[in-house]
Amino acid sequence: MNSEALIMMIAAEGIITAVTIYFFYKVLTVPPKPEPDSYSENDDD
Amino acid sequence: MTKSNVESWGSRVGLVLAMAGNAVGLGNFLRFPVQAIQNGGGAFIIPYLVCFLLMGIPLLFIEWSMGRFGGRFGHHSTPFIVNSMDPKRVFWKYIGVFGIFTNLAVAAYYCYLESWTLSYIWHSVAGSFQGQTADQISDFFTGYISLSDGGYETVFFWIFCLLLNTWILSKGLSGGVEKVAKIGMPLLILFGILLAIKGVTLTAGEEGAINDGTVGLNYLWTPDYSTIWSAKVWLAAAGQIFFTLSVGMGSIQCYASYVKRKDDIALNAMSAGWMNEFVEVVLGSSILIPIAIGYLGIDKVVELTQSGGLGLGFKTLPYLFQQWGDVLAALAGIAWFGLLFFAGITSSLAMGTPCMGFLMDEFKWKREQSAWAFGLAIFILGLPTVLFFEQGVFDEYDYWAGTVSLVVFALAEIILFAWVFGMDKGWKEINRGADIKVPPVFKFIIQFVTPVILGWVFFASLPDIWKKITNADLKAKLLETTDPAQIQAINDQMAYLNGSRVLLVALFISISYLVYVAYRKRVKEGRGIV
Repeated sequence: MNSEALIMMIAAEGIITAVTIYFFYKVLTVPPKPEPDSYSENDDD
Repeated sequence: MTKSNVESWGSRVGLVLAMAGNAVGLGNFLRFPVQAIQNGGGAFIIPYLVCFLLMGIPLLFIEWSMGRFGGRFGHHSTPFIVNSMDPKRVFWKYIGVFGIFTNLAVAAYYCYLESWTLSYIWHSVAGSFQGQTADQISDFFTGYISLSDGGYETVFFWIFCLLLNTWILSKGLSGGVEKVAKIGMPLLILFGILLAIKGVTLTAGEEGAINDGTVGLNYLWTPDYSTIWSAKVWLAAAGQIFFTLSVGMGSIQCYASYVKRKDDIALNAMSAGWMNEFVEVVLGSSILIPIAIGYLGIDKVVELTQSGGLGLGFKTLPYLFQQWGDVLAALAGIAWFGLLFFAGITSSLAMGTPCMGFLMDEFKWKREQSAWAFGLAIFILGLPTVLFFEQGVFDEYDYWAGTVSLVVFALAEIILFAWVFGMDKGWKEINRGADIKVPPVFKFIIQFVTPVILGWVFFASLPDIWKKITNADLKAKLLETTDPAQIQAINDQMAYLNGSRVLLVALFISISYLVYVAYRKRVKEGRGIV
């Protein structure tokens, strides 16, 4: 592969893979929110 | 009042995978690499990612927050979701009709396409392609879609695919859609990685390959910077973002309407959106083109891509897999068409939910009844695409429902969200319960940049829309020929295309009427929009 193509491919695929893993990891690790325990928590802001 | 629609998501991961599955479709593997080759190679990724950041991500934020907002009032389809954002103006619910219309019309032809993958999985397992020449395998596909053997097999797999979709939908969100996404998405990624490894490690001189796999990658990724300022390339990039993210369809709003009011949507939207980009850019660029160029060479592949990626995916790859020996060919066939099948079914299931949500919300239909109504509707609407595929009915549905409608609805919804509902309220909706900090620059982008891009995409498409409406290409062909048989064939084709447009318009009017009936019913029962 020529260097221009290689740089373009590694940069694009690297960034996309890293961001995808970062967001999916956050989805897996962020603790779930507690269920609302009162009517006031369900009210509009 | 009893609620007939009490669906919910079983888990957050299930929701994200279902949403990613909604976005990931056959286009990720068949359309993206072809678009990249035709629009500047590696340089295409620049306008593509810019459009993703300035148009795709904002639309994801908007559609997720619109859905969750509407779900708060018990709405799970776009007519009343969009109306709930501006309840004083009743016309919004008719704009929201696009969110049901598009899903029904796209599902009608998409399930047919999905059924091809099932048939090809079967033929890969049965070894039907063993020992066949390239022409024989190509002719098989042509015969398959032209129903040359009476069409029994084609129709059987199509009906089977419709029944499968309907059955899964009848099991509900957590019991059907979410389960399929949790199985289908990991398998799709696994199959994609296996094929990508095989594709990029092809070696010239081995197993009949004439080029290394890297030759295809080199061709695909070498940037032609002269194309960067071409409006055509930017339009293609914006179009690809629309196709790939399933924005402007109404299915994202429907899925998001089952998210609880205080639960996150910002991180979920990003995770699902970027997962789609991973599948498209990383996997999608590493399979079709490297394998095809490895065996056929650059010139032949460029010629084949002129007619899109479908030909390469169905006519060419099964033959190329045969070069790997019987066992590996069967496994590669299962992986490739299995991957396409999972990409397809996770999308077609998403197309069923808005229609079902509407029937359950407004007419108190049960989930099973609604699923069968959807199945019956796409059977009736899909029949012309099966019977008259060669006359262009399939492509006509794709153009009007799968292309034009998306842009129109996305333009309307961003105006509603940013300018009618109000950007301050909208920004609050996006950030409510967010597990990530959404960069404030997106507030400006959503309000000013995305509407301008969408407006440009829409207006730039108008000449093409006019050409389509007037059948300009077919009329030009008519002027060029004097052969009576050809003249008859072109006239027949025009009749089929006009007929399919009438059918689509009739569908839109019928859904609008149902929305009107539902609205009157709400008024009579004293139920408001909000």
